[in-house]
Amino acid sequence: MHLARLALSDFRSYAAADIALTPGVTTFTGPNGAGKTNLIEAAGYLASFSSHRVSADAALIRSGAERAIVRGVVRTTDRDNLVEIELNAGRPKRVRLNRSPLSRPRDAIGVLRCVLFAPEDLAVVKGDPEQRRRYLDDLLVASRPRYAAIRSDYERVVKQRTALLKSARAAGRGDPPGLDIWDGQLVEHGAELTAGRLRLVAALRPLFAAAYAEVSADQRPAFASYRHGSERSGQRDPDPDPGKLADAMRESLHRLRRAELDRAVCLVGPHRDELELGIGELPARGYASHGESWSLALALRLAAFELLRADGDDPVLMLDDVFAELDAGRRERLAELASSAEQVLITAAVAADVPAALAGSSYSVAGGVISHA
Amino acid sequence: MYEGVVQDLIDELGQLPGVGPKGAQRIAFHLLTADPDDVRRLAATLIQVTEKVKFCRICGNVAENEECKVCRDTRRDPSVICVVEEPKDVAAIEKIREYRGRYHVLGGAISPIDGVGPDDLRIRELMTRLADGAVTEVILATDPNLEGEATATYLARLIKPLGVRVTRPASGLPVGGELEYADEVTLGRAFEGRRTLNV
Repeated sequence: MHLARLALSDFRSYAAADIALTPGVTTFTGPNGAGKTNLIEAAGYLASFSSHRVSADAALIRSGAERAIVRGVVRTTDRDNLVEIELNAGRPKRVRLNRSPLSRPRDAIGVLRCVLFAPEDLAVVKGDPEQRRRYLDDLLVASRPRYAAIRSDYERVVKQRTALLKSARAAGRGDPPGLDIWDGQLVEHGAELTAGRLRLVAALRPLFAAAYAEVSADQRPAFASYRHGSERSGQRDPDPDPGKLADAMRESLHRLRRAELDRAVCLVGPHRDELELGIGELPARGYASHGESWSLALALRLAAFELLRADGDDPVLMLDDVFAELDAGRRERLAELASSAEQVLITAAVAADVPAALAGSSYSVAGGVISHA
Repeated sequence: MYEGVVQDLIDELGQLPGVGPKGAQRIAFHLLTADPDDVRRLAATLIQVTEKVKFCRICGNVAENEECKVCRDTRRDPSVICVVEEPKDVAAIEKIREYRGRYHVLGGAISPIDGVGPDDLRIRELMTRLADGAVTEVILATDPNLEGEATATYLARLIKPLGVRVTRPASGLPVGGELEYADEVTLGRAFEGRRTLNV
């Protein structure tokens, strides 16, 4: 699939913009702050209904405007789909698919599939475990949409159960009534989410190792493994059978009951798990160099791209301001991988940073105006 | 902002569920231009509602007397109780015109975020009704969401030891609907609960 048209009104720095896009490579160049990333952000929003830079939609609306609109025409081999999103500050967004309003915006997720690599991705490697869990869950939802509901149910159970633990601690009593019910809900939804993540990691592992080897030309292999709990000693890559995962969760809940009541925190479940990344024998966090971390972050996105591609249609590959951070060898190898995608959208401050292998149509962006270069 | 009492009216209307600031304004101006008799009748009804309507002492449903009309109706089957969250759920089930048992309104669902625990719901009253053994089946018709499921599970564990049959309405595809329009959760549930066709 590819994005055939992107139209914005009052989105970030753009009062109005409308560009036609083609398969192959499209490069946006321009000085810092010109609005290049805003275009990639808008295109990414059409795919995931969230921004890769901020969590609140209000920041996406041009200052002074009441609402922002993002429109995109997504072209697949057999048809065009028009996705339109209206963002309102403080109110839920409204979504139309082919001109008909959707009561559940979620239904239009997946019309456009994309893999976006941006400087923020360095945090997936170097940041808190939450960043890596989000990477896994976002990819899980993109490849298997039914996990959107499992993920949001699970997050709600954790909130409910935490609220119960907090009120029990405030009241100074032991087991609050109904805690076992929330234990049951936590186990049911948690085991399902964990099973999904484990199957995803298993599918991702060889793709990730291959992508890292290609990008970095490092002789040492990169590894990814899924670990239970925040302790180093936690079990790694358990059996993805939901029944067995549920048994293990019940056992942990029993063991940690006292600590949970004392601290009023949910200590058991996939919201405490970790995706361990590393090179050779060493974990990435604390050991990998800046360049190695970049290669790992890039390999995670490229693995995601290969995983989604194996499902059918090619997702759109978006590379936001990444070439400046890579050395010449890594640039060339990334260009080679990227050139096989149906559509690649690239931003760069200087056109010379983009390898020649990725020549295509190019636009220059300055002061919120997009023009053919 | 409008002057005095007009703004008061808009503010009051705006607090109602499902009414936003724009809607409140529309209703307010509709009332200002409507026939004064109509408006007086509306006001009188609102006052009557607060004064007359009570909650049934048996099931917790809205009632005009001590007991609601379902609990007063001797033709209703006393051996089956359908447990729901709100009085409006009773109205919804009554529309089937098939259910002949009694009801029990909990007054909500267990939700620690909102500070609602089992003790805040009419669960003790339900257990009292089950004590004499006359009830043989309890249908747990709480909402099919996280909080409703948690409440149903809590009640099931409480009621099972009494030897009463506990059931829960099925979740699945809407009748007359089209499969392609069902969301993944509903469709997933419907697949889990599939049954063999007898032909």
